[in-house]
Amino acid sequence: MSVKTMLKFVSGLMAWGMSSAALAAWEVNMPVGVTEISREVHGLHMLIFWVCVAIGVVVFGAMFYSVFAHRKSRHPKPADFHESTLVEIIWTIIPFGILIAMAIPAAGTLIRMEDTRGTDMTVKITGYQWKWQYEYMDHDISYFSTLDAKSNEARRLGSGIDPATVDNYLLEVDNRLVLPVGKKVRFLLTSNDVIHAWWVPDLAVKKDAVPGYINEMWTQIDEPGIYRGQCAELCGRDHGFMPVVVEAVSQEDFDAWVAGKTGGAQEAAAEEAVAEEPAEASVEAAAEPEEAPAAEQVAAAEAPAAEPAAAEMSKDELMASGEKVYQTYCSACHQAGGEGLPPAFPALKGSAIATGDQAAHIDIVLNGKNAMTPFGGTLNDEQLAAVITYERNAWGNDTGDVVQPAQIKAAR
Amino acid sequence: MSQNSTADTYYVPAGSSWPFLMTIALVIFVSGFGHMLNEDMSFGRIAFFTGLGFIIVMTFVWLRGVIHESESGKYNMQVDRTYRWSMGWFIFSEVMFFGAFFGALFYARILSVPWVAGAGPELMTNEVLWKGFEAVWPTNGPADMGGEFSTIPAWGVPFLNTLILLTSGVTCTFAHHGLKEGNHRKATIWLAATVALGCGFLFFQAEEYIEAYSHLNLTLESGIYGSTFFMLTGFHGMHVTLGTIMLIIIMFRCAKGHFTEDRHFGFEGVAWYWHFVDVVWIGLFIFVYVV
Amino acid sequence: MSHADTHDAHDDHHHGPVTLKDGFVPWALRWIGTTNHKDLGTLYLIFAFTMFFIGGVMSLIIRAELFQPGMQLVSPEFFNSMTTMHALVMIFGGVMPGFVGLANWMVPLMIGAGDLALPRVNNWGFWILPFAFTLLLSTLFMDGGGPASGWTMYPPLVLQTGDALPFVIFAIHLMGISSITGAINVIVTILNLRAPSMTLLKMPLFVWTWLITAYLLIAVMPVLAGAVTMLLTDRYFGTSFFTAAGGGDPVMFQHIFWFFGHPEVYILILPAFGIVSTIIPTFARKALFGYDSMVYATASIAFLSFIVWAHHMFTVGMPVAGELFFMFATMLIAVPTGVKVFNWIATMWRGSMTFETPMLFAVGFVFLFTIGGFSGLMLAIAPADFQYHDSYFVVAHFHYVLVPGAVFSIIAGVYYWIPKWTGVMYSEFWGKVHFWLSAIFINVTFFPQHFVGLAGMPRRIPDYNGQFADFNWISTVGAFAFFLAQFIFIFNMMRCMARKGEKATDRVWEGAHGLEWTVPSPAPYHTFEVPPEQISIPEDELTAVHDEFDALDGHKLT
Ligand code: HEA
Ligand code: HEA
Ligand code: HEC
Ligand code: CUA
Ligand SMILES: [Cu+2]
Repeated sequence: MSVKTMLKFVSGLMAWGMSSAALAAWEVNMPVGVTEISREVHGLHMLIFWVCVAIGVVVFGAMFYSVFAHRKSRHPKPADFHESTLVEIIWTIIPFGILIAMAIPAAGTLIRMEDTRGTDMTVKITGYQWKWQYEYMDHDISYFSTLDAKSNEARRLGSGIDPATVDNYLLEVDNRLVLPVGKKVRFLLTSNDVIHAWWVPDLAVKKDAVPGYINEMWTQIDEPGIYRGQCAELCGRDHGFMPVVVEAVSQEDFDAWVAGKTGGAQEAAAEEAVAEEPAEASVEAAAEPEEAPAAEQVAAAEAPAAEPAAAEMSKDELMASGEKVYQTYCSACHQAGGEGLPPAFPALKGSAIATGDQAAHIDIVLNGKNAMTPFGGTLNDEQLAAVITYERNAWGNDTGDVVQPAQIKAAR
Repeated sequence: MSQNSTADTYYVPAGSSWPFLMTIALVIFVSGFGHMLNEDMSFGRIAFFTGLGFIIVMTFVWLRGVIHESESGKYNMQVDRTYRWSMGWFIFSEVMFFGAFFGALFYARILSVPWVAGAGPELMTNEVLWKGFEAVWPTNGPADMGGEFSTIPAWGVPFLNTLILLTSGVTCTFAHHGLKEGNHRKATIWLAATVALGCGFLFFQAEEYIEAYSHLNLTLESGIYGSTFFMLTGFHGMHVTLGTIMLIIIMFRCAKGHFTEDRHFGFEGVAWYWHFVDVVWIGLFIFVYVV
Repeated sequence: MSHADTHDAHDDHHHGPVTLKDGFVPWALRWIGTTNHKDLGTLYLIFAFTMFFIGGVMSLIIRAELFQPGMQLVSPEFFNSMTTMHALVMIFGGVMPGFVGLANWMVPLMIGAGDLALPRVNNWGFWILPFAFTLLLSTLFMDGGGPASGWTMYPPLVLQTGDALPFVIFAIHLMGISSITGAINVIVTILNLRAPSMTLLKMPLFVWTWLITAYLLIAVMPVLAGAVTMLLTDRYFGTSFFTAAGGGDPVMFQHIFWFFGHPEVYILILPAFGIVSTIIPTFARKALFGYDSMVYATASIAFLSFIVWAHHMFTVGMPVAGELFFMFATMLIAVPTGVKVFNWIATMWRGSMTFETPMLFAVGFVFLFTIGGFSGLMLAIAPADFQYHDSYFVVAHFHYVLVPGAVFSIIAGVYYWIPKWTGVMYSEFWGKVHFWLSAIFINVTFFPQHFVGLAGMPRRIPDYNGQFADFNWISTVGAFAFFLAQFIFIFNMMRCMARKGEKATDRVWEGAHGLEWTVPSPAPYHTFEVPPEQISIPEDELTAVHDEFDALDGHKLT
């Protein structure tokens, strides 16, 4: 029998899989989650699931009974009925009734989910190719959240690193979104480039981040813990590599975290003052002329040279920090050795632009082109100057050029 | 119902390589266009114009073949009905094509522009991203895309063009009456009038575009207004051009004495098309210019 | 009118079409220029088969990369273009031309027409396809790679495509021309070329479902053309349809796309309903139950399909009233679809069934499509869809309706009618082996995807966390096995085409009725030069099969 054979086969495979040192528990269902809403959604999901199972049992039961009992060998003479308005009406009305019974609780949950009134705090989430920015609107906190370095290294084609050795492979970030439990948190969701979607299954929250528009959603987490999710809308090559990690903590821990963040942000703020740049240059891609993405915070962690922007930098300095920036932001496409992945991603090693006119080089990195991401909004002047200098001198490009932050500032 | 009265055999044309050649022409044309868009002009231009020329030639050859078959009496009433149905549903598909652009226009006017200005659930969109932008129509959006522009007043040239197209619908009907009376001369003259009106429309439309680009700073780049304005009027203009060419062909056929009092679907098909173009214009006039 | 009109210029001297024996050039010219619906049906089917193969290889590349965590084979960019191309090739190159091929072959035979209404346009519609797909596939080798933003082509992402973008768009325009001309042809053939006694409510259901499908096509393909045209101008001519800064909205594209896209998925399933509704009565030896309500249900599904599109967009941030409307409207589709499922089962009920290969695939269809329908219904529940959306649960849903749905129906149709086309029987043994392998491995492939989806695996990702590893390798194994099983099908069909095998009777199937079975097998090159008088197998022949069969001719007569 088809079902039986199939089930046997599948369960056989399953048993084998389980014994073969399975990596994690066999998750086969939607998580119940840690919010009121997520539990409601899970309940709805189970309700429709069982309704479908019940209908399936009846329908397939009838079908397979017929397949068994009304085959020619057992039932050589076919009946000749072929019409009945009454049964047609019956099997129109009954499913209709079942659907109404499902629609009512679904509508209730939906309306509750969309009710963003009465929230205690607001976090603005901005999607970038391929990271998230979190801005706490009520506290002066803002930072980026990217795939953690270990996963990022292991996920390269031919990296030779076994993903099984990386904790929370692809589901860990450098800076988590920290939220207090028991508070109704409102999210304002938007994007800087293409559409992304912010999704954490345990919170039953998923919404698209649409450039130029703000979507609202909310959550209220009941239990402290770490909840992981991923970007859920195709957003380009690294769509699979922009996880979301929420760390829910008690109110006290949250307050302490906020204090640490805002205190420690002093120097970053100072830096911000100099690096403050209108992102006008990327209007086309970003469509957000009034927003100056605060990339500086993360930059502070990565770029060791935190001098004021206008200062001249030495070539060595530029090359050193340029290499870092390159490996973080550019090597995904242009590869570590600058050889690119033609035809999709051109080689920079020996490329006409990277060895030719400086202005063209600065322009393409600032403003992007086709699949080349505009970095004007993401990187600051020093970082850009550094990476461009690096590209013009690494891998035998040896132009000897030095590009200074001031030139970038001028080119914006 | 499907039985035809004049013939008892199905008509199936012999094999033909026109469709295949037409396909090749189309492919050359689009690959040329694609290369031009990718700024590969040398190959692009050559292929674009070769393809275009080839398409025109093939259209001509194909149509001539069909006209020849028709005139040599190969078509029975069933074939006639086939052409009627086909033309009707083809026009329906064209309506749906315009529907996509009208849909975009309504969406922008009723939803996206008010949203960017903070309407309904999108309050924060305005507060956080586009502070200070207010919903007006016409608009080129909060980023003032393409710079300040002014619009073409509805009651000037566009109104004139409305009158022209409506009149051309009437002259076209007169031509039809001519044919039904078997008066080919009358039909030809009224067709010529229709063609002239079509050309007039196109002339004014071109003037309007020149005015928009050179004086009003209204361009394709003028935000959502410019986009919808030029796409709708532009595709309509292309259809008027096509319609006019078809009218010219029919005019010559009429002059040569093609068509009979009761069998002249070639004419009717073009007339339907012309009326469709007319109706689309009314929609355009109301929703793009007036409201 | 002379009969010569209906013949190729070349075949005056002998009956039937030009073959390779007449030389290569005449033979090639015959196929290039053919206006014969059977030739074109064959071409369409061969084309669809080729595309299924290419799309299948692409799906194997996807599955191979997903075999285990970590990036092993391809770059993420290439992975995304494989996903995109796989879908475009399967939908526009595989399933749609497959159905058109069956319509070409069978609609004229079923309604007693000599050919399609516009044979030359039919030829055009076919020949556009190989060129359009060559263009589409060639973009994989262009600067910037192939399109990689999913078959849904959402801006702004799609606008980041490299040189490929205009060619992808033009390829879609060309496919649109092909589909629209094909659809007009089907509509006009059905409305205008039926045999005199073939009234609308006597038409076989395959003809009905195709008629309705054709209406869907002419209504939505132009809308898709408009949508991609706006992409083109946004990218190259500075318009701002999909940019907020200019007053547009990226989400507007999604509305227009899905206004096309949802009816499109019914374009992919309604002809399948028709095929199954034709096959089940034959092998149950019992008339289709509820013929009229089947027709009305099909029409209702088509109508509803126009007002549910935003169920693909529950997460874009629509006003809640919109979400409620689209949720309710979507759920409603379960009602007419349910009517169809119930009618099929009622047809089988107390019939006298045998399970030749077409019937196996048809029964497999009813079972597995319904499972896909159930998961569709789950997706329709908006609050739950927030969890399912863009996860592998969705991938599982649509593959259940598309592969054991649409593709199984095409396979069933081919097995069912190939004896009529070639005059020889396929190998029943290998047909059955093909069915069982397909039915088993399609479930191995796609059932586990429900689980990973629910557990939180997003779609369109080339790599994933170890927690999803086990179901993914199972799915990959299933996909390879399913793919390999299709070679049995190729072998079986080639055998028929080479005319090797048992000679088929005209009737072919004991329970078959309907006009196509009254003509010889293989069906003569020009079947009906005049409209036939009789529109189905005569009653006395039916009586010979079964006493109780007398009052029926496969359609409602009472
Ligand atoms: C052949 C193609 C096909 C068909 C027939 C369907 C049928 C249905 N689909 Fe599916 N769908 C797709 C192809 C198809 N779909 C594709 C390709 C996508 C993804 C596109 C993309 O994003 O790439 C998709 C995605 C998709 C979504 C969006 C998911 C998301 O992205 O979040 C939704 C949501 O509502 C949905 C719903 C439905 C429903 C309600 C049906 C209904 O028609 C099903 C009705 C059938 C039944 C319900 C079973 C039989 C009925 C009974 C036995 C009666 C009794 C039953 C009850 C009362 C429960 N589909
Ligand atoms: C009709 C449509 C169709 C078909 C048949 C298939 C078939 C298959 N699909 Fe696909 N798929 C889609 C439509 C289809 N798919 C769509 C729309 C998407 C979404 C894309 C996106 O996200 O943008 C998708 C995405 C998709 C994904 C997700 C990718 C991602 O999100 O990154 C995966 C992964 O496993 C997958 C796998 C498969 C596999 C293993 C098959 C196997 O079944 C393939 C094996 C099949 C064959 C070899 C063909 C067999 C047919 C015949 C033999 C018939 C013969 C015909 C004639 C005689 C004419 N598909
Ligand atoms: C999303 C992948 C991606 C990333 C990340 C990326 N690039 Fe690029 N880059 C591209 C693509 C694609 C092109 C080709 C653009 C075109 O011409 O269409 C390109 C082109 C270039 C060129 C021009 C090369 C030539 O000869 O045409 C330079 C210089 C460049 N990138 C520098 C950088 C720098 C510096 C970074 C990091 C700060 C970077 N890129 C990150 C994809 C990327
Ligand atoms: Cu961001 Cu996907
Ligand atoms: Cu849908």
